[in-house]
Amino acid sequence: MHPVLKLVAQRIALGLLLLLAVSAVIFLGVEALPGDTAQAILGQSATPQALANLREKMGLDQPAMVRYFHWLGGILTGDLGKALTNGQDIAQAIGQRLGNTLFLAACAGAISVPLAILLGLVAARYNGRWPDKLISGITLSTISLPEFVAAYFVIYLLTQLIPIFNPVAMVFPGMGFWEKLHAVALPVIVLVLVVLAHMMRMTRAAILNVMQSAYIETAELKGLSPMQVIWRHAFPNAIAPIVSVVVLNLAYLVVGVVVVEVVFGYNALGQFLVDHVAKRDLPVVQAVGVIFAGVYISLNILADVIAIVANPRLRHPR
Amino acid sequence: MPEPLLDIRNLRIEATSYPPGEPPRHVVLVDDVSVSVEKGKVLGLIGESGAGKSTIGLSAMAYGRGGVRLTGGQILLNGRDIREAPVGALRNLRGKEVTYVAQSAAAAFNPARKLMEQVIETSLAHGVMPKAEAEARARSLFAQLGLPNPDTFGDRYPHQVSGGQLQRAMTAMALCPKPDLVIFDEPTTALDVTTQIDVLAAIKRAIHETGVAALYITHDLAVVAQVADDILVLRHGKKVEYGSTDHIINRPEQTYTQALVSVRSIDHVEKTAAKPVLTVSNVTARYRGTHFDVLKNVSVDVAPGQTLAIVGESGSGKSTLARAITGLLPPTSGRITFAGRDLSRDLAGRTKDDLRELQMIYQMADVAMNPRQTVGTIIGRPLEFYFGLKGEEKRKRIQELLDQIEMGKGYENRYPAELSGGQKQRVCIARALAAKPKLIICDEVTSALDPLVADGILKLLLELQAQQQVAYLFITHDLATVKAIADKIAVMYKGEVRRYGSKTDVLTPPFDDYTDLLLSSVPEMRLGWLEEVLAHRKMESAGN
Repeated sequence: MHPVLKLVAQRIALGLLLLLAVSAVIFLGVEALPGDTAQAILGQSATPQALANLREKMGLDQPAMVRYFHWLGGILTGDLGKALTNGQDIAQAIGQRLGNTLFLAACAGAISVPLAILLGLVAARYNGRWPDKLISGITLSTISLPEFVAAYFVIYLLTQLIPIFNPVAMVFPGMGFWEKLHAVALPVIVLVLVVLAHMMRMTRAAILNVMQSAYIETAELKGLSPMQVIWRHAFPNAIAPIVSVVVLNLAYLVVGVVVVEVVFGYNALGQFLVDHVAKRDLPVVQAVGVIFAGVYISLNILADVIAIVANPRLRHPR
Repeated sequence: MPEPLLDIRNLRIEATSYPPGEPPRHVVLVDDVSVSVEKGKVLGLIGESGAGKSTIGLSAMAYGRGGVRLTGGQILLNGRDIREAPVGALRNLRGKEVTYVAQSAAAAFNPARKLMEQVIETSLAHGVMPKAEAEARARSLFAQLGLPNPDTFGDRYPHQVSGGQLQRAMTAMALCPKPDLVIFDEPTTALDVTTQIDVLAAIKRAIHETGVAALYITHDLAVVAQVADDILVLRHGKKVEYGSTDHIINRPEQTYTQALVSVRSIDHVEKTAAKPVLTVSNVTARYRGTHFDVLKNVSVDVAPGQTLAIVGESGSGKSTLARAITGLLPPTSGRITFAGRDLSRDLAGRTKDDLRELQMIYQMADVAMNPRQTVGTIIGRPLEFYFGLKGEEKRKRIQELLDQIEMGKGYENRYPAELSGGQKQRVCIARALAAKPKLIICDEVTSALDPLVADGILKLLLELQAQQQVAYLFITHDLATVKAIADKIAVMYKGEVRRYGSKTDVLTPPFDDYTDLLLSSVPEMRLGWLEEVLAHRKMESAGN
């Protein structure tokens, strides 16, 4: 087997194992909380008899191990159980919101990743001179703003001063693609401002690190222009560290943007999770937890795979 | 008289250095150097490290590494002064009119791109020729330089070919855009002697066939004597002597040049063996997780006060043998006896005395010392660890050791960064001696040093040996060093001992094929040596 395939297969297998472990941790964590689902439904004043009846009905009298595997089996077949608060099917409730979450993350990622890398390359090209300082200064100040401040600032700017966008990012099924895009423009702008600096700084640092190599001097002595040197000779050797930071930020765009969702009234997974934590709706919390863990792990596997494939020593063994 | 291609007049090069904790300092790297190269001629630049050879070489492209500035004089290339030419003009000249071959091709090739892409890149970037033509030229250069499968060689990545091949590929890369001048910066220094001779011959042939002019930079006078028409000898950034190769090699006028030309000054009389202190018998070893033996049935021994030299090219198992003896790589079979007792195979099973009596000195003195410890702490550590010395007693012993390595007072409070390369290696020697060892393994201890400094280190080692009867296991690829200090020699090749015995026996014909190849590949300080050896080899292979 080609060593790259083998390494990739190893990473994926490890990722699956890790996901299994995370699901166990989530289950155990919820299990360790005082009280159980039956208690939560019936409240503090329930009689022991009523509790026992409900537990039997919901299968809560079974040992934890059995319930874990039952839950795990449910996840694998797409059955996440029912929400306590309204008895709604969790998979259905999550499905649409997950779509919204991914749409927002994809839009923000599609703009911020190329922009951050481009700015990083330019900053590295003009290392220590004014374009570098300007780029670093601007991106570092946008990352330093709390998200909600940035959000209100953007709302003021683009709905009041220049009224081209709607302050509430309402999306609903049946909206056209462009309509949706217009609706999420403001949260996307805020998220881009938030994630730009980290990726830009890493690109710059990784490129500058590679610029110390002897082969960069070779390229300079070939009479190539600075941008050719960076793009053709430095960037291909800096991909691995850049990708690892890019996916961390993409993962953040999926799992960590609840504040932005709330400010813009965007109906997505983060807000959904926080609501149900407040209501102690444990099956929903468990389900969303597993989904977020899955996103995190698969994005990091993706980063590993890209780093492996980008390495010519692994791609073309001796 | 034709106008020279490159005419450097009164060149002055300066840099600013930033020593830690001190104000920045201006240093003059090159001072008032004038030299010229005509079309199709080769100029050799020679000197020890810090002599300014590479700096002058790169100035022919108006390039200064780091903060290096070309502050005075003229650099006339094809008649125009490029010293203060604008960046755009320089970019147009670099890679088109002047190209560069670096010392370490392994580091100078981009690991992420195919060789062909890199070799033809300059030709395309400067619009010298279309892609198809450049590729065809690259392939013919690969063939000319004796690279294997020249038609497909360019499809490989740098890590897929050997060091000698990379060095030739770099030469092809420099010649591809048809430059007027090529700068060779120590192109064979990082190679084994047996590889060096092939690369040297390939470079020389390529220079002749393409009619390009060249600057050939090296610290090895014997090497430059084979390729250069003229030689400029440099020291501390100043000209020492400048003349034809014949003149410099056969009739040097300056004392410094004479010292460089004269062969090593050490005259070592071989000592006969007593009862061995270290006996390695039938040792076989392999690295964990691999399936071939890196040491095959190796048997050698060395007596007190004696030096056993282990020679061979890189990958021959020299350093692996040292790892096996020190216990870092437990052998799979065989026995190692030391000072009359069997040594445990792995490090964990060895006693404190085993460890104390068997010390090591490494090639890179730089990285073998903790940069944040003073010389006193570095040498004092084994005194404390092995002998429990403290306070005044320890201080006295440190001073004694410093005296032995001829460094005297005031050094115990210095940090390694404040020492020269030779001084660092001396401190490492003192650290090894502090343990009062019976055997010191010296792993390429002089390879990173300039010839005259290396000479001093070897003399010191021999003196210490005469005083203290310590045995040396001296690992090196440099046969001149071997001749200077060895009592016994083991020639290693692919993990086996090919030839073993007293120095006289090993160096006296008849030789086995490998030893013959190894010995005949060591450059000799005379004109025409390269041609002689190659002609001789051709004749022999024709005879077979």
